[in-house]
Amino acid sequence: MEVLAYLIPISLTLGAVGLIGFLYTVRSNQYDDPDGDSRRILSDEWDDRPKP
Amino acid sequence: MTAQLPQSAAACPGCLAAPAQAVELPPEPARLALSLPGIHCQGCIAGVERVLNGYPGITSARVNLTLKRAMIEAEADVNAVDLLPVLADAGYEAYELDPGALRATQTDRAGRDLLMRLAVAGFASMNVMLLSVSVWSGAADATRDMFHWISAAITLPAIAFSAQPFFRNAWSALRARKLNMDVPIVLAIVLALVTSLWETALSGKHAYFDAAIALTFFLLAGRYLDYRTRAAARSAAEELAALEVPRAWRLVNGVEAEVSVADLAVGDLIRVRPGGRMPIDGVVEEGQSELDRSLLTGETLPVFAEPGQAVSAGEVNLTGPLTIRATAVGQETSLHRMADLVAIAESGRSNYTSLADRAAKLYAPGVHILSALSFLGWYLYTWDMRTALNIAAAVLIITCPCALGLAVPAVTTAASGRLFRKGMLIKDATALERLAAVDTVVFDKTGTLTAGAPDLTNLGDHGRRELEVALALAEISAHPLSRALTQAAREAGIKPAALTDITEVPGYGTQALWQGRRVRLGRGAWVGAKEATGTVAWLGIEGDAPRAFTFTDALRAGAEEAVAALIADGKDVLLMSGDTTHAVEALAKRLCITKWVAEALPEDKAARITMLSEEGRHVLMVGDGLNDTTALSAAHVSISPASALDAARVASDIVLLGTDLKPIPEALGVADRAVRRIRENFQIATVYNVIAVPLAVAGLATPLIAALAMSASSITVSLNALRLR
Repeated sequence: MEVLAYLIPISLTLGAVGLIGFLYTVRSNQYDDPDGDSRRILSDEWDDRPKP
Repeated sequence: MTAQLPQSAAACPGCLAAPAQAVELPPEPARLALSLPGIHCQGCIAGVERVLNGYPGITSARVNLTLKRAMIEAEADVNAVDLLPVLADAGYEAYELDPGALRATQTDRAGRDLLMRLAVAGFASMNVMLLSVSVWSGAADATRDMFHWISAAITLPAIAFSAQPFFRNAWSALRARKLNMDVPIVLAIVLALVTSLWETALSGKHAYFDAAIALTFFLLAGRYLDYRTRAAARSAAEELAALEVPRAWRLVNGVEAEVSVADLAVGDLIRVRPGGRMPIDGVVEEGQSELDRSLLTGETLPVFAEPGQAVSAGEVNLTGPLTIRATAVGQETSLHRMADLVAIAESGRSNYTSLADRAAKLYAPGVHILSALSFLGWYLYTWDMRTALNIAAAVLIITCPCALGLAVPAVTTAASGRLFRKGMLIKDATALERLAAVDTVVFDKTGTLTAGAPDLTNLGDHGRRELEVALALAEISAHPLSRALTQAAREAGIKPAALTDITEVPGYGTQALWQGRRVRLGRGAWVGAKEATGTVAWLGIEGDAPRAFTFTDALRAGAEEAVAALIADGKDVLLMSGDTTHAVEALAKRLCITKWVAEALPEDKAARITMLSEEGRHVLMVGDGLNDTTALSAAHVSISPASALDAARVASDIVLLGTDLKPIPEALGVADRAVRRIRENFQIATVYNVIAVPLAVAGLATPLIAALAMSASSITVSLNALRLR
């Protein structure tokens, strides 16, 4: 049962990483244009160099 | 030579014509918004952005495909109007939006807030649920206590953060000495937390941390769905409002300057071009023209306007340019004064209680009494505070309106989504429920059942010679009757006659010389004929008797089908219009509507609807004009087409986005099914409670049973709602 001492903190940490990641995407307006973002990735316009 | 030109920083040809003071302002970056209804793929995004970013003066432009909109950061001298032809050349349909009216959509704080609370609650409930699974599968002694303590450590802060909306709502309800659905929710959450902490401290077997946090999660999901539906409707309604950019041309010392309508003052001289809408109430100072008042009064016949004539905001100038002296601006205009009437009419409708509120009113006291009774019963039976409190908490958790909180939002979200795809925008949360109760439908005529554009009816009565002359005269005018005549004659293959000296006399008609004879097309009195009933334009050829061209109002697409379907459904259909008896009667006959009222004033319309409501009928009002606004608010539920005045759209619960009326009977059907689903969902939730509550009262409910009953009922309710899609 000692293994619980590692496993529970690990699982909680991993969950928290997911939660913080989600909160970051919400805060940085990544859900404002879901249709457009899924299409933009298909454009080959900035394939050779990043958009300035 | 160049030194004589005024120095101008304008980068576009349109701005050179603008007055100097606009350029003298410090150049602050402007934010422009364009609506792009035609874009659909990554090629369109790249194309529009390339065009806009290549335009001089634009610092950045970004397309939002979800909203079909482009937001542009540009220098102050870039006008959105100048961008439209550039985009049209590149093949993209674009419309200017008023960025001021869109502000609320951008700062969508409330939605983001709710989403974060939902995420935190979801994270916490998943972890606590996993810990609880180990307890249910047999963890004992120190391990169980440790799991309970960890659960407590996760649940307490998570609930403190995510359940805040419920705490706030419950508190405000209690302060008003009322009970809403949030009061039992908060009581259940708090009681569950207190007893669980107590149990954990005494290393007891049962803790309800998982139930408390799962409850919060499911209820927040319901709230979020509800919010999303309303936000989508609000954003679409805002876009409709933003398409009408409030702008006017003010005359200062004989020079025209473009200003925002908000900056106009009483006494200002304003120039209104043909086709433009009056931004203010005023008096005609200069010019002759005709005015289209159909949106305000429902009359189809244009009214003659000359100096001294009073005009009111919302009227459309048809033929000649007019100079208006403002007598009332902004909130003082007749358009805005109508809002007061609307507010009075609306107070009647706010009495409507939604199905969910009615259920909560029955439900909340029942739950509290049941929980209190089981506490009392067990306390008197065992004299053990701990057992009694435990059982009371179990009863509260199991009866908690989890499914009830999801039942209504899940169904309204599904139904609104379905109607939105059919071109209907549900603006009000309870509009669907009210729509389902409708048994009487009242239609307005002009602009609602009719398209507001005339149709020539007696083309065959005239000789080829007259038609050729009439076509030549009609072609140069933008008057709606002339346009209809041109279109009909062109379709019949008529070629225009050769005329000389063609002039348009604003307010009267057009005249010219044809083979040495004076020919005129226009008003009866001007052409030399007596006025006739109905919508008529007269053609006068010198030496001949004047000939009449008669018009009727063209029906809106789907009007016949919609009325026929409503009558077939057994609804009572009425026609109410401010137009003349002659015109209304003709239309009623054509659509087989037996009950009609003509020449109705706005107050008459509202009074008649109130009368119908007092007879116990549920009236659906469909209208578009300012004269319908009070009637729209007085009705049980109301629909207006997207072409309606802003005031009418605000007053109505549902906006028709297309030009077709056919979705109306379908919407009634969808609303009917939606309400049936809501009732079914309430029944499902009741069945779960009937099974689980006796177990809880008998003290047999373990946290496992509570979790199962709650999750299972929430999921069944959501799935049942999704069947509506």
